[in-house]
Amino acid sequence: MNFFVLEVLIGGLLTGVLYALVALGFVLIFKASAVFNFAQGSMCLFAALALVRLMEVLPVALALLSAAAIMIGLAFAIERLVLRPLVNQEAIILFMATIGITFFLDGFGQSVFGSEVYTLDLGIPKDPLILFDDVIPGGILVNEFDLWAAVAAGVLVAVLAVFFQRTRIGRALRAVADDHQAALSVGIPLRHIWVIVWSVAGLVALVAGIIWGSKLGVQFSIALVALKALPVLMLGGLTSVPGAIVGGLIVGAGEKLSEVFLGPFLGGGIENWFAYVLALLFLLVRPQGLFGERIIERV
Amino acid sequence: MIYREAGQFRTSYAADQAVFPVLQDRVFVCAVALFAFFIVPFLASEYLLRAILVPFLILAIAAVGLNLLVGYCGQISLGSAAFMAVGAYAAYDVTVHLPWLNLLFVFLIGGLCAAAAGVVFGLPSLRIKGYYLAVATLAAQFFFDWLFIRVPWFTNYASSGSVSAPPLSIFGLRFDSPAGRYLFCLALLTVTAVAAKNLVRARMGRIWMAMRDMDIAAEIIGIRPLHAKLSAFAISSFIIGISGALWAFVHLGSWEPLAFSIDRSFALLFMVVIGGLGSILGCFLGAAFITILPIFLNQVPTALGIPLSTAMISHLEFMTFGALIVFFLIVEPSGLARLWAICREKLRLWPFPH
Repeated sequence: MNFFVLEVLIGGLLTGVLYALVALGFVLIFKASAVFNFAQGSMCLFAALALVRLMEVLPVALALLSAAAIMIGLAFAIERLVLRPLVNQEAIILFMATIGITFFLDGFGQSVFGSEVYTLDLGIPKDPLILFDDVIPGGILVNEFDLWAAVAAGVLVAVLAVFFQRTRIGRALRAVADDHQAALSVGIPLRHIWVIVWSVAGLVALVAGIIWGSKLGVQFSIALVALKALPVLMLGGLTSVPGAIVGGLIVGAGEKLSEVFLGPFLGGGIENWFAYVLALLFLLVRPQGLFGERIIERV
Repeated sequence: MIYREAGQFRTSYAADQAVFPVLQDRVFVCAVALFAFFIVPFLASEYLLRAILVPFLILAIAAVGLNLLVGYCGQISLGSAAFMAVGAYAAYDVTVHLPWLNLLFVFLIGGLCAAAAGVVFGLPSLRIKGYYLAVATLAAQFFFDWLFIRVPWFTNYASSGSVSAPPLSIFGLRFDSPAGRYLFCLALLTVTAVAAKNLVRARMGRIWMAMRDMDIAAEIIGIRPLHAKLSAFAISSFIIGISGALWAFVHLGSWEPLAFSIDRSFALLFMVVIGGLGSILGCFLGAAFITILPIFLNQVPTALGIPLSTAMISHLEFMTFGALIVFFLIVEPSGLARLWAICREKLRLWPFPH
């Protein structure tokens, strides 16, 4: 077997983890409020922009805290100004509203914080790293930064898992995700839950924004990463956290492998749509995604 | 007082089923049509025709097409700009290879190619629904974006990837002037709107609406989902494809794949939702709103004399646009067409309160 394949595969898997990070924010919100939050990518951009500009005036730790506070404030604002007036509206209306939020956040973030490309440097090393060179001749070339990002994503998922499984709020969140009405009837305040879940999604967006921001530079294209995360969601299922991770890995690896092995025959640049077609074909077999809840339909 | 139905008796079934059963509506619509056809081309300035009215008319056609799919058949599509692109490039390739063909047939072929693409990308709708389908239609968007950039045959091997439309003429009649372009689009919009309005009142429209309201129940009473959903995709994509060809040939003149990016898909969906799902009138209102709003927002800072950089203006424009979208969704989730319906009810009683 050619070790080049392995190298591409690992590179793809590591990118996939980063997609999963963005997809995670979608899943959290969809689970708790059945809102498909198209603004997740813009939230990443917004968080990264806020952090980068705050770091210019504040020490890093303080800037991180303030950026987190801004994202929580944003969650409050969205719940109060957008979600609450739109309670009980049809799904497509809520979806369009989140696209409206996307436009607003893109414009707002860039007009407040500026639209140049900022470099975000948190001291994560970016040198290429050669692994296993004693096992495999030549070793496997990996970007050290991607490894750290994958570790960060892993830690985040673990923290979220503990939060969801072990804490009181986490249990309430799962209850709401399960059944809104039943949760209300046992006294779980829905509004608080929405604020919490949007805040958590905002914090996830902050982490994703930091990682993507230090990878690409903080600029508008971060908002477009959301479009990469959508097929991940489809593959993994809209309601499943492990699905987002596995979907991210599949999409990341599939994308890179297809670009390397199919790209030359098709003229290159197929990364952009390959993931979508992959997800589409997959959905034809399993309409709810890998780990999505089984869709039961009644008349 | 003016808008009074009293005394207008419908004595036949046909009269009761008319598109505009009320006399005043008929008069009003005819007046608007006459005004648009015979007065506007002479009164409007070149800027108004070129920059506002022509894009409005073309996008209204696209909105009608998309509304058939989203509003009447209930299938959310985020890939409509891709079908516009298919229409545009198919029409372009036809003019390159068959330059003698009448432009009307060129547009027709563009529409048919878009319809075929729509059917292919509509196939998954039989298996997947809701958000999953919406994202699946993004596959069409990205695929066609890529196709028209990477496969040089479609752009006739143009080195820059940008292509130009041939001179506009049908039956030897040139319509290159702004007024000519306007009239051509207006004529096509009229045909489309009348056809769509009648289509949704007919058997086809009822099948779609049954599908939208509850697909399983529709299936149980004997509606074939394959037939219903794919026909909606085909007809909607056909109309969107024609509007794409118009957008490229009549509005832009020369264009590159970027003209049909995902932003255009979102704009179209906004038109349909802001205008009103499942309403042909809503398509016009939504298209007018979404076309005019950015132009208006762009002018405001200059008009107020606030010195701002172009980048800043574009950010503020984005921001206001997003905020207004959310605002309109909150105020009237059923769209501008619903506002008109409310006005109409009020008008029927006016000036008496009961």
